[in-house]
Amino acid sequence: MSVATKESRLGAWIAMGIGTTYFLLPLIATFEFSLRMKRGEYSFEAYNVVFGDPQFQATFGYSIVMAIATIFVGVLLVVPTAYWVHLRMPKLRPLVEFITLLPLVIPAIVIVFGYLRMYNSSSIIPLTGSERATDFLLVCSYVTLSLPYMYRSVDTGLRTIDVRTLTEAAEVLGANRATILLRVIFPNISSAILSGAFLTFAVVVGEFTMASLLDRPAFGPYLQLMGANRAYEPSALAIIAFIVTWASMGLINVFGRNAHTKPTR
Amino acid sequence: MAFLEISNIQKRFGSQTAVHDFSISIEKGEFITFLGPSGCGKTTILRMLAGFETPSIGSIVFDGKDVTHVPTNQRNVGMVFQSYALFPNMTVAENIGFGLKVANAGKAEIENRVREMLKLIKLDALADRYPWQMSGGQQQRVALARALANKPKVLLLDEPLSALDAKIRISLREEIRELQRALGITTVFVTHDQEEALSISDRIVVLNEGRVEQTGTPSSIYNFPRTRFVASFIGTLNQLSGEVVDTAKGEIRVGTQTLITSNPLDDLRNGQPCTLAIRPEAITLDDAGAGKNTVQTLVDDVSFLGSIVRIRTHLGSESLSMDVFNDPNQKLPVRGDTVSLSFAFENLLVLA
Repeated sequence: MSVATKESRLGAWIAMGIGTTYFLLPLIATFEFSLRMKRGEYSFEAYNVVFGDPQFQATFGYSIVMAIATIFVGVLLVVPTAYWVHLRMPKLRPLVEFITLLPLVIPAIVIVFGYLRMYNSSSIIPLTGSERATDFLLVCSYVTLSLPYMYRSVDTGLRTIDVRTLTEAAEVLGANRATILLRVIFPNISSAILSGAFLTFAVVVGEFTMASLLDRPAFGPYLQLMGANRAYEPSALAIIAFIVTWASMGLINVFGRNAHTKPTR
Repeated sequence: MAFLEISNIQKRFGSQTAVHDFSISIEKGEFITFLGPSGCGKTTILRMLAGFETPSIGSIVFDGKDVTHVPTNQRNVGMVFQSYALFPNMTVAENIGFGLKVANAGKAEIENRVREMLKLIKLDALADRYPWQMSGGQQQRVALARALANKPKVLLLDEPLSALDAKIRISLREEIRELQRALGITTVFVTHDQEEALSISDRIVVLNEGRVEQTGTPSSIYNFPRTRFVASFIGTLNQLSGEVVDTAKGEIRVGTQTLITSNPLDDLRNGQPCTLAIRPEAITLDDAGAGKNTVQTLVDDVSFLGSIVRIRTHLGSESLSMDVFNDPNQKLPVRGDTVSLSFAFENLLVLA
């Protein structure tokens, strides 16, 4: 191996080491702090307190339900839309992509204030008038928030299959659009949908702004409350939140790898 | 009334006309091929038959029923695509049974029909395979079985062999033709490959720039091309520039030699320039007999093409090639030789 190659490899390893340390060190410190609840020894006492807290169970459960509802609505909205854009309006694809990226640009607080103006109890659609209606509003705001991730994933999945020819093949065999979507399109982009779903899950579970301003008992506001009032438990919660996010990312990789072992054409 | 009647269909995309005033009557059980270069409109016509495009004007009638504006999924046609278009998430059996499942056929009926189709395409052992586990030829046979499973009225094939290698193309096109004959299904085949069209069709429609150049049997298209385009598109053809000497006697001057054709010169007058054509295989290396023209030419090149030997000569400023079967015992001319070439009067074609 040449000296130049050896040097470039060493440089790469050093850069990776610095980067890894930069990311891992705060995590390690947080984890280490979370183990210090019992004076003089390391223990998982903070985690026991957190898991035993009824509020943790309620808010985490609530956020999971919201995440699943968001994924369900998001898939129902995004998949037919992306499919139609691919099939009939390919020239509109850049415009649709731009629209789906807007939630990344517009701050969540602006979106939720807009909701409060439009759907407050004195408007014609008073969605903030009841808890269930506000839950629905929260799901809609989460769908908006996760739109960039869900649309991107689904769009990427659709690009790996010949949407037009598969649609025509199914039509010629007597299928209508709903059958084509359910039996041909959805199954062939299932990996992409799952990727979008896990990203959505990670985004929704830890979300704070919208849940807080709509006054819903979600995990994000609970994290903030604990952080303001307790010492060791917030560290434990931070580690738990990281594990949830990493698990979601890991599952995206697993399903993405499975998609590559089965060529679509 | 014919089984499939296409009447005066035209297709415009914005200001461009892809298909100009196309009409044809196709009988039940007939195998008809639309042949032409890319962009000639053959696939557009096929897509109108399938219902993917609607004619700007004109009508399409299947078995007495006007289907011009009927949606694709209600026309009961079968279609095979160039890219196979098998559903990647389904096995071979599921692909073949898809149409029947959509039509709410019973489980037993679907299984029986799938088994029947697998036997027909000789892929019984691959029922549980996925498309990505099979070769291109196998995938296309499955696509054919899927198209036929629903017992369609008309079978449409859009360049189904283009994505396959040469040997598989030849064997599969023969299989397609055998199946079509056995089932007696009216078939419309689209291709740009003249050999495919000539070998399997009952009739060929040659298209160019959205218009029909000629319709006829493979033999008539090949042996009696009516236009310059058909003559040059189908097979190899010598084209000679000449001048009409006597329309009544069929005499035409080419360079310093006068040739005779027995084909009609009704549309021409004496002294008018014209284009003549003659197939390389219609020329022989000998002196004239009765009913034959003889020309003296200079050999430019002799090419060995395997079973055929192509001898390229020139007659004045015109190039003239002839093909002979390879015979190791035959003495062939060499470059620079002067040779006598002869061809029958009826083989000298006059192009429009």
